[in-house]
Amino acid sequence: MLALDHVAQSYGSKPVLSDVSFVLSPGQIGCLLGPSGCGKTTALRLIAGFEKLSAGEIRIGAEIVSHPGHSLAPEQRRVGLVFQDYALFPHLSVEQNIAFGLSALPATDRRMRVAEMLDLVGLDHEATAYPHQLSGGQQQRVALARALAPRPRLLLLDEPFSNLDVELREKLSLEVRDILKQEAITALLVTHDQHEAFAMADVIGVMNKGVIQQWDTPYNLYHQPTNRFVADFVGQGVLLTGNVLNSRQVEIALGVLEGKVDGECSEEGGCVKCEKGCQVDVLIRPDDIIHDDSSLLMAEVERKAFRGSDFLYTLKLPGGGHVLAQVDSHHNHAIGERIGIRLGIDHVVAFRK
Amino acid sequence: MIDAKKAPVPGAFFISKQVGSLGPVAVATLLALLTLIPVAVVASAMLHPDQTIWDHLWHHVLPELLVNTLWLALGVSIGVSVLGTGLAWLTAACEFPGRKFFSWALLLPLALPAYVTAFVWIGLLDFTGVLPTWLRESWGITQLPPIRSRGGVILVMILALYPYVYLTARAAFQGQGRRLLEAAQSLGISRRRAFFKIALPMARPGIVAGLSLALMETLADFGTVSVFNYNTFTTAIYQAWFSMFSLPAASQLATILICFVLALVTLEQLSRNGARYATSARGGGGARRIVLSGANALMATSAAGLVFLLAFVIPIGQLLAWTHNVMATDLDARYLDFAWHSLMLAGLGAVLVVSLALALAYAQRLRPTPAMQFSARLATIGYALPGAVLAVGFYIPVAGLDNLIIDAYRDSTGEEIGQILGGTLAVMLLAYCARFLAVGFGPVETGLARITRGMDEAAQVLGTTGLKRLFRVHLPMLRAPLLAATALAFVDIMKELPITLMTRPFGWDTLATRVFEMTSEGEWERAALPAVAICLVGLLPIFFLVKHSDART
Amino acid sequence: MKSLKSALFGALLVVVAQAAQADEVVVYSARNEQLIKPLFDAYTKETGVQIKFVTDKEGPLMARLKAEGRNTPADIFMTVDAGNLWQAAREDLLKPVNSKVLAANIPEHLRDPGNEWFGLSVRARTVVYNRNKVKAGELGTYEDLANPKWKERLCLRTSKKVYNQSLIGMLMAEHGEPKAEQIVRGWVANLATDPFPDDTKAMEAVAAGLCDVTVVNTYYFGRLMEKKPNLPLAIFWPNQNLKDKTAGVHVNISGAGVTRHAKHEAAAIKLLEWLSSEKAQNLYADVNLEYPANPKVKADPVVTAWGSFKPNLINIAQAGALQAKAVMLMDRAGYK
Repeated sequence: MLALDHVAQSYGSKPVLSDVSFVLSPGQIGCLLGPSGCGKTTALRLIAGFEKLSAGEIRIGAEIVSHPGHSLAPEQRRVGLVFQDYALFPHLSVEQNIAFGLSALPATDRRMRVAEMLDLVGLDHEATAYPHQLSGGQQQRVALARALAPRPRLLLLDEPFSNLDVELREKLSLEVRDILKQEAITALLVTHDQHEAFAMADVIGVMNKGVIQQWDTPYNLYHQPTNRFVADFVGQGVLLTGNVLNSRQVEIALGVLEGKVDGECSEEGGCVKCEKGCQVDVLIRPDDIIHDDSSLLMAEVERKAFRGSDFLYTLKLPGGGHVLAQVDSHHNHAIGERIGIRLGIDHVVAFRK
Repeated sequence: MIDAKKAPVPGAFFISKQVGSLGPVAVATLLALLTLIPVAVVASAMLHPDQTIWDHLWHHVLPELLVNTLWLALGVSIGVSVLGTGLAWLTAACEFPGRKFFSWALLLPLALPAYVTAFVWIGLLDFTGVLPTWLRESWGITQLPPIRSRGGVILVMILALYPYVYLTARAAFQGQGRRLLEAAQSLGISRRRAFFKIALPMARPGIVAGLSLALMETLADFGTVSVFNYNTFTTAIYQAWFSMFSLPAASQLATILICFVLALVTLEQLSRNGARYATSARGGGGARRIVLSGANALMATSAAGLVFLLAFVIPIGQLLAWTHNVMATDLDARYLDFAWHSLMLAGLGAVLVVSLALALAYAQRLRPTPAMQFSARLATIGYALPGAVLAVGFYIPVAGLDNLIIDAYRDSTGEEIGQILGGTLAVMLLAYCARFLAVGFGPVETGLARITRGMDEAAQVLGTTGLKRLFRVHLPMLRAPLLAATALAFVDIMKELPITLMTRPFGWDTLATRVFEMTSEGEWERAALPAVAICLVGLLPIFFLVKHSDART
Repeated sequence: MKSLKSALFGALLVVVAQAAQADEVVVYSARNEQLIKPLFDAYTKETGVQIKFVTDKEGPLMARLKAEGRNTPADIFMTVDAGNLWQAAREDLLKPVNSKVLAANIPEHLRDPGNEWFGLSVRARTVVYNRNKVKAGELGTYEDLANPKWKERLCLRTSKKVYNQSLIGMLMAEHGEPKAEQIVRGWVANLATDPFPDDTKAMEAVAAGLCDVTVVNTYYFGRLMEKKPNLPLAIFWPNQNLKDKTAGVHVNISGAGVTRHAKHEAAAIKLLEWLSSEKAQNLYADVNLEYPANPKVKADPVVTAWGSFKPNLINIAQAGALQAKAVMLMDRAGYK
């Protein structure tokens, strides 16, 4: 439905995007995830048609909408857009906002579509209100309804939940996902918030410095990051120095890890194909560390964060170095206390030093 | 965003916390009184209708002049709206050759008194004017549309007054940013249509602010319509007063005029129907200019150029030519005094007008009740009164107060003293405020409306409230509208005549009174010198305004 | 910066109006600054008496006098037409002056019967025509301009100017209201174009051939001809046949009176007497090419070159008394 093919863009001599390629199939929800300044918003604006690209091409459906020297005007792309600040028209009521993109429809169809959209986002009772009379969440829903009303081929969402509080954010992101799925909308979301990305997207591209680092499912991003940036940006964890014993064993401060060591490739380090004695960094997620009072391996609690259902402990290892451990919340240990831990790793993620 | 009507910002007091929420009300009431006293003095004449004059007016004068006035008001309103808004959009949102120059040059007609422009155009285009004479003698063309006609007076007034709308609409467009236009585009609306569906409606408060100034100026105008001998409500007011010696009848007519304006203003407010024009969605930076090219660019440049030529270059050219003729005999050292007086009165007056306007607009923001809005409208209605009527309405209570003081002094000491208030600059400046509060209020009110409540609250939680917030948050954000208001008030006071004539101290002649001395005996050529001087001094604030308001975009 | 500040401060604080001083006269004048200042300067030089004055239109000045009441600083009220003086007298803003000098210098028809005001210069409103298109013999009277033979040949200034209002006032006094209205209707029917905002424009239209004849104050003619001596314009003195009912050219005055509450009454009367004197009259009238009110004084050579005429001797106060009615008459007749 949406395809970016080796897209690049630069402001003057400063490259903003390089060689960005990905495909979204119909009904799929994609996400560009990255820190601010990584180029994700530029990518979104390129797709919407507000910016012109310097190389590559963008296709929506079968139609090439952008390539160097040609750019279909934004209003002709049939792409819906939900802005970070919603950009509701303050001088128009909710229904007028939603009807804004429907001027081509006959009046009765337009009314029906507006009613349908109001119903979809649950704002039937606010039809005649003005944006300034709505709460943040309601404004968000109006923005969504307005973007969906003209049945766009593709919906773009620019940090759509960043103006909302955490609770509302989670609730709304699930709601919006349901709506998009129900309507079978192909959508692309950009955000810097991995929770938002995980909650909404079927497939995520992690971006840094104008380059897509990894285009994958949320599960794979977390469990099989292909490089240090992705490992670091997605989820929590630490890198511990390891010593490769053989192709199935790595030794770290906590013991010897069993698992396939090679095979995982990253663009910066190349595939970890080192022989015995090779030094690597091994990714240890908090859920890889299991608290076990019977374990002989002891670590000292340095910091702890209560997260409701669990604790996130920062533990100091005997031989130096730190790991994070996710532990059931009834295991309440004091700072400075030494607790027993063991490793519970399914597969090894390691990057060559 | 929080609905202001339901949730007044706590702790948001204007004067001090002790005065509490009465502060804003007090400010608005005081300011309303300032203009209401003269209006009330004028309106009190309603109690003594002059039957003979009314019968006469009713049968022989009113029908024609009502039609005339409505046509004039309608024609000028449409004209200044289209011209002012169109040019504002061109210079604020588009890029074409000469845009930078035109963006400030199109304000220059403000510095020319409208009746002077009118006289110049009649001189050029009437039967004996340069163009018709040449057409007649060289080409035998005699059938030309007459300039001394309804169309002529409307055209000249549009040329003189469009800058009010241009100024306020431009500020509105500049404040919009590009986000909402992009939103419209993403919904399948082209930029051209987005102008009509988004940019234009969003700029409505700004356009209306400028339009109502232009409209009030039109309704209160006497000089320009006199040059055209075009009878309006205001000429009837002056006729009743000056020719039939009935100040009561004049005041009654003026009261009707005010009621008409109040009704219009109220209707406009009601028609907004709760819509807001402020948005936090101004991201995406300033609007990216639409680059016009080819025929479009040529058309934009020619349109702006034509307006500039007709509204400024030609009138000032004629004035300069006349000035050249009389310079040797008329220009003397006194002109330094005239210019200094004008500059000082306009400067002090403009600062005072804008300060009071800010206080009023701020009071209205803190207590946005219907009663408050109505008193704000009342306080700014002085602009719709013909100048001389307002001047006399202002002077009567001042002289009355003086009489009380003088009589009391005489009774207690047996000595005579002169006037205490009459003939002082303080009274003069207050009278300017009564007349020009609207000029300051319009831009400031629309500017203030663009600052969202969220910003107020952000300042508040950072411990910045009351006056501190005004100075640290609002004033910096209001820079552009405040500059615009000051410039407008400055040039308006520079050109003002009736109040200046009536309240000036002995010997305090200004450039404007100089124009009056010359034109009242029909010596238009000699009036060109002070008129050009007004224009030169009036350029100062316009340059200043443009320099500082464009610095940020 | 400091001097600017102190200047502003001083100007705001100093109450300009001060207690009455003996050696000054305060004038409220509707006559332009450039026409009165030379005289006042000469008077101050001669007598040492200071003259303070403000200029404005008559209406606002009268409203101001009225509002200030007995505490007005003004000693003299000066206008450029009789109607406003008449109105000022009617509203009791002026006081009678018994001065032998003024009585001797100013002819009876140019002053108020109650001696509340005095004409100081005479402004004749006469006919000006295009020499190429009209022979002087075709012209006769103001009334004659209503004759259909002038159809599309007449240009007039607006009825809003007080000079036309007092002219119509004179016709009303001579003929009665219905006849006067008939005459005005005749004029309106003969108009070649809408009335002009000033006399000069009307004369220029005559010169350019848009119309053939108009009615103007002579000093406008003088001013225009000084600038463009080649215009084919000439003055005609109407109503010179003494057997006619309305004999004589319509004249108005610029004049002055002493205010009811003058603080310097004696000094004010002295100033008026001086203004009517032979040495001041030329200065007063010549600066604007007007006729001196004092018959012993000869007008400027430019003015005398236009020939002599017999003025209408109706007391000028009558025109003032009829002004409001004249305005209504013109409104009824469609004279704009």
